[in-house]
Amino acid sequence: MFYREAGDFSSTYAQDQQTFPIKFDRWRYYAVLFIAIVIVPFVVNDYWVNSIFMPFLIYAIAAIGLNILVGYCGQVSLGTGGFMAVGAYACYKLMTAFPDVSMFVHVLLAGVITAGVGVLFGLPSLRIKGFYLAVATLAAQFFLVWLFNRFPWFYNYSASGQINAPERDTFGIIIVGPNTEAWAAYMFCLIFTIASAIVARNMTRGATGRKWMAIRDMDIAAEIIGVNPLKAKLTAFAVSSFFIGISGALFFAIYLGAVEVGEVFGIQKSFLVLFMIIIGGLGSIFGSFAGAAFLVILPVLLKIVGVDWLGWPTDIVAHLLFVIVGALIVIFLIAEPHGIAQLWRVAKEKLRLWPFPH
Amino acid sequence: MFDQVENYVTADGRTIGPVVMEMKNITLRFGGVEAIKDISFDIREGEIRAIIGPNGAGKSSMLNVISGFYVPQEGEVWYKGARRALMKPFQVAQQGIARTFQNIALFEGMSVLDNVMTGRLTHMKTGLFAQSLWKGKAEKEEIENREVAEKIIDFLEIQAIRKTPVARLPYGLKKRVELARALAAEPSLLLLDEPMAGMNVEEKEDMSRFILDVNDEFGTTIALIEHDMGVVMDLSDRVVVMDYGRRIGDGTPDEVRNNQEVIDAYLGVAHD
Repeated sequence: MFYREAGDFSSTYAQDQQTFPIKFDRWRYYAVLFIAIVIVPFVVNDYWVNSIFMPFLIYAIAAIGLNILVGYCGQVSLGTGGFMAVGAYACYKLMTAFPDVSMFVHVLLAGVITAGVGVLFGLPSLRIKGFYLAVATLAAQFFLVWLFNRFPWFYNYSASGQINAPERDTFGIIIVGPNTEAWAAYMFCLIFTIASAIVARNMTRGATGRKWMAIRDMDIAAEIIGVNPLKAKLTAFAVSSFFIGISGALFFAIYLGAVEVGEVFGIQKSFLVLFMIIIGGLGSIFGSFAGAAFLVILPVLLKIVGVDWLGWPTDIVAHLLFVIVGALIVIFLIAEPHGIAQLWRVAKEKLRLWPFPH
Repeated sequence: MFDQVENYVTADGRTIGPVVMEMKNITLRFGGVEAIKDISFDIREGEIRAIIGPNGAGKSSMLNVISGFYVPQEGEVWYKGARRALMKPFQVAQQGIARTFQNIALFEGMSVLDNVMTGRLTHMKTGLFAQSLWKGKAEKEEIENREVAEKIIDFLEIQAIRKTPVARLPYGLKKRVELARALAAEPSLLLLDEPMAGMNVEEKEDMSRFILDVNDEFGTTIALIEHDMGVVMDLSDRVVVMDYGRRIGDGTPDEVRNNQEVIDAYLGVAHD
């Protein structure tokens, strides 16, 4: 009824293979891009950027990264926080060592370094699967956090043990440090988020994505049709860590500005991103966005409703958040393991026939 | 038995090519159990070669040896005139050997089209970077391979279910999709492990027709394991019979049918 796909035909394979084969979806995508790029930067203020947009954009990148590994390649990872820390520390070391180089380069390089670390910790995946692999990546999480605390070289021997992002600009616009304008930080993150989503989508819809999904669905059959499991798994770890590294670098440099590794990139960060993709939808780029949006907006919404409107104590609202997220995880895992993305797909199928389903 | 390189004319007058794969004195052990005992046989280009035998005869193990899952303790595998080195299954696949499984091994989370496209993976060589950009090389390769995949989809008459998730399909169609995936690789040797297991008569007839058509139109060499004797005798050019890991017969369907040892193996024989 609302959802029009009648009369929308593909006459070439290229048309059939595009990300949004239905015209309606395509225009909606362009509209969202237009609003995000052209309109939002002119209307946002500090509050919106810091409490909603920036965490959403950065977590979306992390969720895309983790979704490639867990949702597409089926390798469970609990090391997201650790890999984000690698991105953050790599970015910090790079921006203090080469102050004149553009932040774009630093963030990308931080991603590349994290990809390397990810491959290293992905090696056990060739031998172990599922639950045991999750535990192995958990080791990565704790090891990396310990590493960054233990060796002062990583935080440039600062007295506090923290890393602080010095002021940096790109094309004359300050994007790191306390003097950053809200819209500049927003745009910087937005560029990375859009690029990550497009790259992830391109990989997952082509040959690479099929290799990953083949490994996920049945590794023996994947091998028999010519997929090298070693290569497929390690590229998944590399690509996934690349995105997670970028998100870690942005999280530190653009969003927080100062980081104490155990506090910011601890195990709870790993779980948060994992929850995002479980709620949003495993094996779906859209799901990564949906999950990130949900878990970023939910606490803000709860605070507005609970604290500001109903006048509840802050700690009760904070605990209520845990209860709601916990319950949602359980409900989604039992009722809809493919998350919001699948709910959306089902809704579209229903709407196609509504109101006359027979 | 026959000349290795020369063509060979089968009983029903079909000419099949030179030997493409040869198993020489294969012995495969699992601990103390000898699953395959000193078996030799060959597969000629363009033929339909059946491997039959009672349950537990070692047929599937033999197929697993060919596709690289099992490494035999003794014996040699010769492929296209060269001795095959120790290989992983994915390397065997890259050499042009595709197979289907007795229990369907499709990728349940993907659509039929994506499953068939996975069969093209050995032909897709674009690097990760080109794929992340999509436009250009990756898209071109994708479309070229999509055309091949669509040809197979047409051939096996599964156009209507192209975009359906495999998990939703009935058993008979899944078998067909699995065949499509194997065919999409354009293999020079196709291994079918019980392609008709669990099918009704109509589905068996369809599947037999597809197997014959594949052999006929693409000239694909096929080695298959099957329990339905009627089907085997009709389809295959040559049959090798196994029992308790040994080879007890090898030849045309008629020769095998009249082989006393084979009859004994299938009907049982009084031991005194």
